[in-house]
Amino acid sequence: MFTAILVMAGIAIVLGLTLGYAAIRFKVEGDPLVEKIDAILPQTQCGQCGFPGCKPYAEAIANGEADINQCPPGGEEGVRKLADLLGREFKPLSEEHGVEKPKSIAVIDEQVCIGCTLCIQACPVDAIVGAAKQMHTVVEPLCTGCELCVAPCPVDCIAMVPVAETVQTWKWKYPVVEIRKAA
Amino acid sequence: MIGRLFKFHGGIKPDAHKNESSGGAIRKAPLPARLVVPLRQSARAGAACIVAVGQRVLKGERIGEPEGFLGTGVHAPTSGTVAAIASCPMAHPSGLETPCVVIEPDGEDRWIEHAPFDYRAASRDEALAWLRDCGIVGLGGATFPSHVKLGRGSGIETLILNGAECEPWITCDDRLMRERAVDILAGANILRELIGARELVVGVEDNKPEAVAAMQAAAVGTPTRVVAVPALYPAGGEKQLIRVLTGVEIPYGKLGGDYGVRCFNVGTAHAVYRAFIHGEPLISRIVTLTGNCETPGNWEVAIGTPVADLLALARPKADTDRILMGGPMMGFAMPRLDVPVVKGTNCIISASPRLFPPAPPEQPCIRCTECAKACPVELQPFELYWHSRSKNFGKAQEYHLFDCIECGCCTYVCPAHIPLVDYFRFSKSEIWAREREKTAADQARERFEFRNFRQEREKAEKAAKLAAKAAETRAKLAEAGTAEAPAAADAPAAEDPKKALIAAALARAKAQKAEIQPQNTDNLSPQTQAEIADIEARRKVLEAVAATPAPQAAEAAAAPDEPRS
Repeated sequence: MFTAILVMAGIAIVLGLTLGYAAIRFKVEGDPLVEKIDAILPQTQCGQCGFPGCKPYAEAIANGEADINQCPPGGEEGVRKLADLLGREFKPLSEEHGVEKPKSIAVIDEQVCIGCTLCIQACPVDAIVGAAKQMHTVVEPLCTGCELCVAPCPVDCIAMVPVAETVQTWKWKYPVVEIRKAA
Repeated sequence: MIGRLFKFHGGIKPDAHKNESSGGAIRKAPLPARLVVPLRQSARAGAACIVAVGQRVLKGERIGEPEGFLGTGVHAPTSGTVAAIASCPMAHPSGLETPCVVIEPDGEDRWIEHAPFDYRAASRDEALAWLRDCGIVGLGGATFPSHVKLGRGSGIETLILNGAECEPWITCDDRLMRERAVDILAGANILRELIGARELVVGVEDNKPEAVAAMQAAAVGTPTRVVAVPALYPAGGEKQLIRVLTGVEIPYGKLGGDYGVRCFNVGTAHAVYRAFIHGEPLISRIVTLTGNCETPGNWEVAIGTPVADLLALARPKADTDRILMGGPMMGFAMPRLDVPVVKGTNCIISASPRLFPPAPPEQPCIRCTECAKACPVELQPFELYWHSRSKNFGKAQEYHLFDCIECGCCTYVCPAHIPLVDYFRFSKSEIWAREREKTAADQARERFEFRNFRQEREKAEKAAKLAAKAAETRAKLAEAGTAEAPAAADAPAAEDPKKALIAAALARAKAQKAEIQPQNTDNLSPQTQAEIADIEARRKVLEAVAATPAPQAAEAAAAPDEPRS
């Protein structure tokens, strides 16, 4: 009887210690779900979802504060991936947050630019270079096409230009089966 | 060295159709009215334009400076005037445009001064730079820069010269070996020395006995071995030829160099010979014109010659419905005919419904595994097809999609006529596009996070600066002592910099106010003086009223402080 209690208590202590150690040793820092959601989001940092950047939106989705269909740059495919990840139903993009557009980049009309630096302050990825009263320009490969620089420009010299397909970015099309009348 | 040959998995034996074009000698194609030289010779790498419109250029003059790690030089194929630098369609299945230099030949065909390059006297790096500047790329079709392929040049035992030319219809390497075997071997030996290989093996498919004989004759008295390999498509694939000749099977992600073997095309070896022994850059290549045409044959064509001009030499028959660039297995139907010949163009085929019947409609896959039996890289194309079709790209990659060399064997044998390679190409380019998007997204995330960090840092720096300034002022006040501003000194706020500052400022303002006397008070009329006195009296009353609640407020403000101090 006494031995049994001793053995049970011993086992409980050992298991408790193991679990306690494991909880410290394998502690997960932060919320891994946020990271997973953030990896799906396009990182445009445009704020169209209503949150200041992709990470805050990811956090809001993880906390159940935002829906999965608020990211127009991610498009239908992005919503589909989020639905898969979170085990929710797919739903079309919510229209109040904007519509899916082809990938564009901002281009500054350098003749018109007055060098006010407002667009530089607006750019979430520091993709615009320039200084006060000096011409500004967009570093093309860094531009995410978020359009945040368009509104602040006092002289409306920033245009969003769709990215043209080049030989390097060209893709083979999905094979189309030609439907013919059976002979 | 072992004399026996090995076998690779699968392979097919399509009709070779070599005899149509291999009969006649290589002829020099006439110069067209306009040469369109693309600065981007392949989708991989480009060159920076270094000529201007209207400039006179000589044959062999460099017009494009190599750009990037995989860049090679681009040269004027003849002498003439630069008529334009414009975007022109490229020899690529997309038919998209790329920057080109348009040259109008002057007919003189005058060479720029050029001299042989003594690679033995120069260092290895100089010799490789010479190859790059001469624009030497792999002429088998992939146009991979030769100077990159020669690489570090250590640990290579065997250099293989690829003269297999396994694709049907193409005979440009065949004719080149028959006619210029000595030059090819000279170039190959330069490559062998540059890469430090011990032996040189030439692999030629046995359906080209004349080429084998010519190469053997040229190799007499040298240690070079010329080996006839069994004709089996795709024996000319780099990894397949290495397997056949050496028995080494190269896994995915590895190159021949990792196993002591390097492989170069015979055309490349010839170009290397011209570059070192004659100092000539790569400005022309042999192109097979064949298929459904009156006069098939091989032509030495200046790079930049529009395909339409070449077709005039081959005279396609009336029922030609499309033109293929490259072979029938791996080539593509050209979207338009004004595209120029580039360094990778080995063959132009006029296709007719009779020679290349349109594929019957695609039918469901029955999993017969014929494709897996034919696959030279031992994949399971039916599985890849399934995952590519459902756009399940992760799964396709698990089935080693990127091992696929797009040789077309699976499509050739498929009894259901499924264009398998089209599906694989679609999947590959889709995966690449996603990879690019992911890289861009990662970069954007990093930059966004850094920007946030920077803004926080700037805020903190600003606050620190303000605090430092306040501390400085406080120190100054303390130094100035109590004499200057008794009001500030006796204020209990000495420990609170802000209060001290405000008190000091107030004291200064008070002192200033006291100093300044109204300057227009002389010579006043008694009436005005009476008015002033009246106003002062009223002000006194107001000040007295304003002052009464002040001590209460001050007490109230001071009260909570007391327990703390």
